Amino acid sequence: MTPQEIHDSLKATFGDAIADAKLDTPQPWIAIAANRTKDICFFLRETPSLQFDYLMCLSSVDNKDGRLGVVYHLYSMTHKNKIVLKVFCMRDNPHVQSVSAVWGTAEWHEREAYDMMGIIFDEHPDLRRILTPDDWEGHPLRKDYKVPEFYQGIKVPY
Amino acid sequence: MGPQHPSTHGVLRLEVVLDGEIVVEVIPHMGYLHRCFEKHSEHMTNYQQVIPYADRMDYLASMNNDWGYALAVERLLKIEVPPRVEYIRVIMAELQRIASHLIAIGTYGIDMGAFTPFLWCFRDRERILDLFEMTCGARLLYNYIWVGGLSHDIPPGFVDKAKAFCKYFLPNVKELNGLLTFNQIFIKRTANIGVLPADVAINYACSGPMLRGSGVNFDLRRDDPYGIYDKFQWEVQVGRGEMGAVGDCWDRYIVRVREMEQSIKIIEQALASIPEGDVQSAVPKRIRPETGEMYIRTESPRGELGFYVISDGSTSPYRVKARSPAFVNLSVMPEISRGCMIADLVAIIGSVDIVLGEVDR
Repeated sequence: MTPQEIHDSLKATFGDAIADAKLDTPQPWIAIAANRTKDICFFLRETPSLQFDYLMCLSSVDNKDGRLGVVYHLYSMTHKNKIVLKVFCMRDNPHVQSVSAVWGTAEWHEREAYDMMGIIFDEHPDLRRILTPDDWEGHPLRKDYKVPEFYQGIKVPY
Repeated sequence: MGPQHPSTHGVLRLEVVLDGEIVVEVIPHMGYLHRCFEKHSEHMTNYQQVIPYADRMDYLASMNNDWGYALAVERLLKIEVPPRVEYIRVIMAELQRIASHLIAIGTYGIDMGAFTPFLWCFRDRERILDLFEMTCGARLLYNYIWVGGLSHDIPPGFVDKAKAFCKYFLPNVKELNGLLTFNQIFIKRTANIGVLPADVAINYACSGPMLRGSGVNFDLRRDDPYGIYDKFQWEVQVGRGEMGAVGDCWDRYIVRVREMEQSIKIIEQALASIPEGDVQSAVPKRIRPETGEMYIRTESPRGELGFYVISDGSTSPYRVKARSPAFVNLSVMPEISRGCMIADLVAIIGSVDIVLGEVDR
């Protein structure tokens, strides 16, 4: 299926949940609604003509316009197709539905996105910090993050 | 278990819930080696400066890391590299793959209580590091593959020395098979342990020997080709369940052994037809890609190494995300170690072949 056909079939099934798309780039992407990701991803995985069974990468992005985002790079082992999904959410209330029920690999990726960018994945089974210590404050990959001067009362020497 | 435990291959801490000797639940904790690779990349003054940081992610396969990142930026810039560069990159990446697999195999032997294979593997790995040293001066972290080219051309005598290595190495694989691979004790410790079915492997996005060990015939060098891998004749190795179920620890192990032989095949072909040229002719003076984004995946020794680079038109990347294969492969470990014996946990960690520098980045 071409990216255009994937977009059309998503649009036909989910309507308004498909917000935006850019299909004429080298790696075409489709933007979807943050509260519908699970259904859409199940559809992408289960539909025989799509079968996106392999989540290559899940990245969090602090966009230029101030919104946070999650980017899903999908691959189909059967059809050898690729597609990119994007989700945007508000900076002060960054909620995105978890897709860890669809792809097991998303569980750790989402924990990393939560740890680094502070995106909260609803329905995630175990949303904890993964790379930084449990008592870390703030989310380091946000563009407005300030490096703390003290950690547990000890001055950080640089 | 851990973070300071010889079998965890670095600083990995496992919280293990046991029922007697049987593992009920494994919860990995990591982050001890987190060095903010992604944040650093955003704060560099240009794209080229990220490469030494990429080196340090998977410190056993630096060449492959450099290549992955360089490729992503090259695609953003839409530049082609000269054929000589492509050939040298393949040679270096495959040599690095052998060196990395040698460590995986050698330390796996140690985990299982076999000390000699470890020494033999390191002896052979030294020869590869010598080749790298004569090329770029470094033995572990090379900063060799640059965006658009290489830091140095290969020195005179490299081709002969590399050919000699290939000839020297193949009999050693046979020797290793006699010593470790088909050793009854080793088979008893690894066959039917930590079985990873193919559908679970795909669901958890496992890659590299971990995925192929489960019988999935998938290799990015063939199925999503980059560089000039499509020019060479070689075969993708998969686990076939020769000693037990498909996808057990032994299958993952044997895939690595056989991949080393295939890498030698590729290196020999590349050495035979390496063209002349200038390796720095395509290195851009100033890297300033147009606004855009690129996700590139390459086959590192551990699996799918992806770089997602976003450019905002400035001289440094807006966002770099590294999808490290060891991180993703490790995430399936709790799944496959449920119900095993505590002593087998060591066999399972070793067979995943993690590098904590890459897990934590």
